[in-house]
Amino acid sequence: LSVDAARAEGSPRRGAFRALSRVSWRRPWLKDFGELGVPLAAFLFVYVAALVALFVSAFWSVDPFTSEVVHTFSLDNFSLIVHDPTYRRIAFRTIGIAAAVTVTCAVLAFPYAYFMVRVAGSRLRVALLVLTVLPLWVSYLVRVYSWRLLLNQDGAINWWLNKLGLPDQNIAFTNWAMWIVYTYIWLPFMVLPVYAALERIPDSYLEASADLGARGWMTLRRVIVPLAIPGIAAGSIFTFSLTLGDYIAPSLVGGPNSQLIGNVVFANVGIANNVPFAAAFATVPLMIMGVYLLVMKRLGAFESL
Amino acid sequence: VIETRASRIGLWIWAIAVFLFLWIPIVIMGLYAFNSSNVQSWPIAGFSTRWFSVAWHDPDVRSALGLSIRCGLAATAAALVLGSLAAFGLSRARFFGRNAISFIFVLPIALPGIITGMALNSFFLYWGIGLSIWTIVIGHATFCVIIVFNNMLARLRRTSGSFFEASADLGADGWQTFRYVTFPVVRTALIAGGLLAFALSFDEVVVTYFTAGAQNTLPLLIYGYIREGQRLPVVNAIALVVILVTVIPVFIAQRLTSDAGVSRR
Repeated sequence: LSVDAARAEGSPRRGAFRALSRVSWRRPWLKDFGELGVPLAAFLFVYVAALVALFVSAFWSVDPFTSEVVHTFSLDNFSLIVHDPTYRRIAFRTIGIAAAVTVTCAVLAFPYAYFMVRVAGSRLRVALLVLTVLPLWVSYLVRVYSWRLLLNQDGAINWWLNKLGLPDQNIAFTNWAMWIVYTYIWLPFMVLPVYAALERIPDSYLEASADLGARGWMTLRRVIVPLAIPGIAAGSIFTFSLTLGDYIAPSLVGGPNSQLIGNVVFANVGIANNVPFAAAFATVPLMIMGVYLLVMKRLGAFESL
Repeated sequence: VIETRASRIGLWIWAIAVFLFLWIPIVIMGLYAFNSSNVQSWPIAGFSTRWFSVAWHDPDVRSALGLSIRCGLAATAAALVLGSLAAFGLSRARFFGRNAISFIFVLPIALPGIITGMALNSFFLYWGIGLSIWTIVIGHATFCVIIVFNNMLARLRRTSGSFFEASADLGADGWQTFRYVTFPVVRTALIAGGLLAFALSFDEVVVTYFTAGAQNTLPLLIYGYIREGQRLPVVNAIALVVILVTVIPVFIAQRLTSDAGVSRR
């Protein structure tokens, strides 16, 4: 095909293309810039501008009589968030659940990833990897909802508990349910980087450790876990960040005391129609994530993303 | 092998438990879609496919499905153009600020979804842009770009630059090189990126809520039904369809990218 077909395609426009090709070959940065310019401009003028708009509108307020947004600078939204005990409690609850979910995911994921790397055969390993990632693509809303079916009073879990002669669980619509659901939804995000970190450990390290007299547990504690820390840190960015920004799970499986930052933002955009306050509260997870990313960077998370 | 026999057995049990934890809810969800009763209890009363037909003939569900497909296609098209341009631009780039630029494209998925949603909502409010299908598309495109970008960049990095040089040596101009060399190399990555972007857009709900205004996409419709506890059997049936619509493209994309493109050297 190539050359003959290409020559046959000669057209009057060819001269212009040649000139353009010549310029882009001599000045590759010009070509790179021409290609990058469009998506970069789109992102700067829409997405980055939107983040700026978020910050700006956080300082606005809503006129209580007309419900119109007032474009004058004020710190009222932020002082309300800091001083109102309800909002403070919601912020701390969000951080607490995010932290609990992150720890649980790490505890579940580490032995699972270890199994994939060092116990499973190569075919089983590939199958497990695919089947671990696939749930991420199953609608997130559907996966949250599936737990509602499971945890229902007459759902599958209680049916099995009764079969085993155990009493009913009553954790539907509580923070316990949210803890389970978040762990369930974000677990693949933790497994993947931990798997990648464990896979990179050369066998020779473990042999060296054994030669130096370390038993299995000692090698695990002194060699394998420290080398897996960057992977766990990388996974924790996802589990932590995604929990901070969610409002779906609390509204579907949470109870009256399960409101997270996301729900307050959600309610203020929808029902209360106070976008400036929603914007101000949305900056809270943004700032928490900023601090969190700095800490995780020190643990080497970014090298293993 | 440093693991003792006991610890290997322990690891097997742990792995099976975690695997079941990941999959049982999805399987149960699939079973409920065929529940003949409209009471959501376990065990399932009987098997029936009637809720699929109820869902299919429902005008609300139909218009939501139509909107989701239109948004998915438009967002995918935008993501394909922007993501591949960005990948071409950055694949050879050595200039200062390269990482900063790719960081900007990653932001929409690195930040909590509610921030992306809220930010876009404030942006549209700021400029007085009414929420419509186009604001949904803009929202979806922002986080779909990175999917196409990553797929394309990975493929371009695996492709040796000498292919393009050889093409130029043989007398091809920029367009011909693109048509006969570059495009065939990136084609499967492009398709895979597009499929993944569509799958991501099709079931997105967190950002969509803030950019959707009065219209319902399919996930927004389901979300409303679940919150109000209405029409749950229909929700189950739709949920299974949504699972299939998103998982099948992902599976195809996986197959397309696992066959190595043109490798370096």
